[in-house]
Amino acid sequence: MTTRAIGARIPRNEDPRLLRGLGCFVDDVNPAGVLHGAVLRSPHAHARIVSIDTARARALSGVVLVLTAPDLGEQNQPTPLLIPNPNLTHPRTPRPLARDEVRFVGEPVVFVVARDRYVAEDAVAAIDVTWEPLPAVASIETALADGAPLVHADVPGNRAARMVQRVGDPDGAFASAARVLHEQLFIERSCGSPIEGRGVVAEYDPRAGTLRVWSSTQAPLPIKNGLARLFGLPEFRVDVIAPDVGGGFGTKIMLFYPEEILVPFAAVRLGRPVKWTEDRREHLIAATQERGQRHDVEVAVDADGRILALRDRFLHDAGAYTPYGIVVPIITSTQLPGPYKLRNYAVEFDVVYTNTAMVTPYRGAGRPHGAFVMERVIGLIARELSLEPAEVRRRNFIQPHEFPWDVGLTFQDGGPTRYDSGNYPLGLELVLARLGPGDFRRRQAEARREERYLGLGIGCYVEGTGIGPYEGAHVRIEPSGRVFVATGLTTQGQGHQTTFAQIAADALGCDPADVTVVTGDTRKFNWGAGTFASRALVTSGNAIGIAALKVRDKVLRIAAELLEVSSDDLELAGGVVGVRGMPDTALTLGALATVANPIRYAFGKEAAEAALRLVKPRKGAVLAPGEEPGLEAYGYYAPPHATFASGCHAAIVEVDIATGDVKILRYVVQHDCGTVVNPTVVEGQIHGGVAQGIGGALYERIVYDEQGQPLTTTFMDFLMPTTMEVPEIEIIHTETPSPLNPLGIKGVGEAGAIPVPALIAEAVDDALAPFGVRVREMPLNPGRVLALLAEGRATA
Amino acid sequence: MIPPEIAITVRVNERDYVERVAPRLLLSDFLRHQLGLTGTHVGCEHGVCGACTVLLDGAAVRSCLLLAVQADGARITTVEGLARDGEPLHPVQEAFREMHGLQCGFCTPGVLLSAVELLRDTPHPDDATIRRGLAGNLCRCTGYQNIVRAVRRAAELLDRR
Ligand code: FES
Ligand code: FES
Repeated sequence: MTTRAIGARIPRNEDPRLLRGLGCFVDDVNPAGVLHGAVLRSPHAHARIVSIDTARARALSGVVLVLTAPDLGEQNQPTPLLIPNPNLTHPRTPRPLARDEVRFVGEPVVFVVARDRYVAEDAVAAIDVTWEPLPAVASIETALADGAPLVHADVPGNRAARMVQRVGDPDGAFASAARVLHEQLFIERSCGSPIEGRGVVAEYDPRAGTLRVWSSTQAPLPIKNGLARLFGLPEFRVDVIAPDVGGGFGTKIMLFYPEEILVPFAAVRLGRPVKWTEDRREHLIAATQERGQRHDVEVAVDADGRILALRDRFLHDAGAYTPYGIVVPIITSTQLPGPYKLRNYAVEFDVVYTNTAMVTPYRGAGRPHGAFVMERVIGLIARELSLEPAEVRRRNFIQPHEFPWDVGLTFQDGGPTRYDSGNYPLGLELVLARLGPGDFRRRQAEARREERYLGLGIGCYVEGTGIGPYEGAHVRIEPSGRVFVATGLTTQGQGHQTTFAQIAADALGCDPADVTVVTGDTRKFNWGAGTFASRALVTSGNAIGIAALKVRDKVLRIAAELLEVSSDDLELAGGVVGVRGMPDTALTLGALATVANPIRYAFGKEAAEAALRLVKPRKGAVLAPGEEPGLEAYGYYAPPHATFASGCHAAIVEVDIATGDVKILRYVVQHDCGTVVNPTVVEGQIHGGVAQGIGGALYERIVYDEQGQPLTTTFMDFLMPTTMEVPEIEIIHTETPSPLNPLGIKGVGEAGAIPVPALIAEAVDDALAPFGVRVREMPLNPGRVLALLAEGRATA
Repeated sequence: MIPPEIAITVRVNERDYVERVAPRLLLSDFLRHQLGLTGTHVGCEHGVCGACTVLLDGAAVRSCLLLAVQADGARITTVEGLARDGEPLHPVQEAFREMHGLQCGFCTPGVLLSAVELLRDTPHPDDATIRRGLAGNLCRCTGYQNIVRAVRRAAELLDRR
């Protein structure tokens, strides 16, 4: 009997290649004769393009092509709106190249192709554009001010969307509540900033009429189908490959980024391969960003701190366009209730255009903001009633017997926001037991006597994961005995080549190391959506499980025929199938794959033997009617609706009141993502998520000046945490399997990042309680902590 | 006017190259695109992320902050040189595999070379030393915890050699 692969700490299949420097990232793709692109981007947040003179650029030796908007013709149409919504009354998507007006610094205006990147950048510098600068709005406030300049002349008041949702009778509950509390909260802009930026390579073969594109994307399939439409090519003549992708975090799924059209356009026009690789400055101004909301929240509570109703009004900064619709604020509004019973809830939001980079989902996708608001409300109640925040949570948690729990709102996928399973009180108790809050209060009091300020913060979240529409998989056993798995979505560090292999290996009774997984290559599998919304393992994982079980059935059926036994008597394990208790009957998967293919290129001793020994004289056709050759199958999985993972994080911090520095002394995570396929991989996901959350809570900030000029355009200005800022993270796994899918899996990709700002806020509040500090804004960089202290002292 | 190319001689991963390079060509681009050693990655091109770290005459340097011409006469080790074709993984690489010290693998080559330098100078580092030694390598995926564990483990594996 082999041990189960699902649940095992298996080292990753992808590592040896990556560790040897043999990964293949998009900038490593170098088709013969490849040319290099560079983009002239708008230096203005808002301007009219009066004229563009490209003569000097074209004259440079080595410059091959210079494209402006008119050169793109029909292909310069606005990119499709990814997720329309009736509340998004004024959607606006960008064109690959700006036509007459630019709306944010970084918007592409001219695309240059040259012999190498150096010459391409020389050419960009030699283009003369006459601009007529227009007034810009760089923040939600200025965008909504009376008479504010308009980002889009035909969008009144800069309002893209407005959405109102209501559960129960919030007005009634507010009217009769013992207490009503109110708070204003603000979360600043940040961004995903994977260490590998974006990049696109395209190659067009005019003889075969085929277009092949490599993109550092999280969703090659929609790009493939979209490019086919845009260029009038049959879908089967367009392939898009996401090779190794150096981190995505949501940033690499925008559909379409302008460059994903510009590079293929140039390759088709020139009949030569073209590459564009984003540099960091381009990434920090022109790739999409997120966070950026202002909330006005009111809560009605009874005398014991039970929440009776909550009302939230918020403003969401969309940046200059809304290519991704209003998914982020919808997630904020639907996930804000978190693990708490909220029977009366009213939420409304406005989505506001500003002259800044576009906003699309970044790890957490609206949830960190929602959790920040909800958990700040918990802190507010605790303060008002002189309770421990943990106690307020206990009094409001949805209880384990109350599942499925219907929040009463429509989720981002159009399905219900219905929590399928979980145990929220347990999570909190496990975390507290690890940290010892009683002991902490004693240490905190001692430290205060020495003028050291320690604080404890807790953050709880519920995350809707594993949304549809669906994913699929192809599973095939080869005559070598190796298993090949292909699925349409991509991987950008999550270890899918291992976890997907574990799922297939369990179904097929083989070693995960013998399973090769291909993701994000439309040549290998071309149905599905992409990797986002913590959905990969739920959707593709289950699809792979389904396909592999079909292959398993065929393995058992063929083996039963060959061995002339009932398939019930067979055992499949360790890569062989045989009659239980009779090891000499064992047939390898490879031998069965050989037998299953009527044209047996029986290379190798084992295969040759299998062909000779196992194949019986046949009656009739080689393939019986309805039979297919080989050991392979396709499987698809479409979730009924999202499955809801959850967790509770807590940290002890120390605040230095002289410098404003916040140091994390301990960090404990409890998380529940249902069935854990590989605990090591899950822990890695959480570590990384928490680190990004810490970045968002303490350091990272995308800053624009009043004219809309981005000020954080290098890693010296946009401060991501290093080894020195991220503490050891202690993890407690709990497993409440999802009843919604066969493997019981919930997603975990984004989880780590979600509650971090909320709990850091609570911890800093707690540490600085003697100064009457109340955290209302994120991130808490030293300057802001010092300002809070000054404010607290002044009002004390 | 583009100035003429300059001939340089470098020894990369124990192999000698005589190459002609443009004076402004970055060392990172030279390694990646002229020598085809794409294991060295570029994450920022302004000297902060450390993804492009290589060993130049034994010292960890950022190849995006050097010109290829500055490497004339130097000896360079890139990630491809840690374990060459057919050789088993270098102990530092092995430790990163064991401890899940990488996710997307983009920062990894730079982290590995910083770790090699760190462990050469400090064969038995404590965690604080490891963290300080790797503070110049940004990783957006791992949260660093398993990187630190991997370097600790690498110290053990190197001891056994
Ligand atoms: S690429 Fe050289 S330090 Fe970032
Ligand atoms: S593993 Fe992805 S950046 Fe470090």
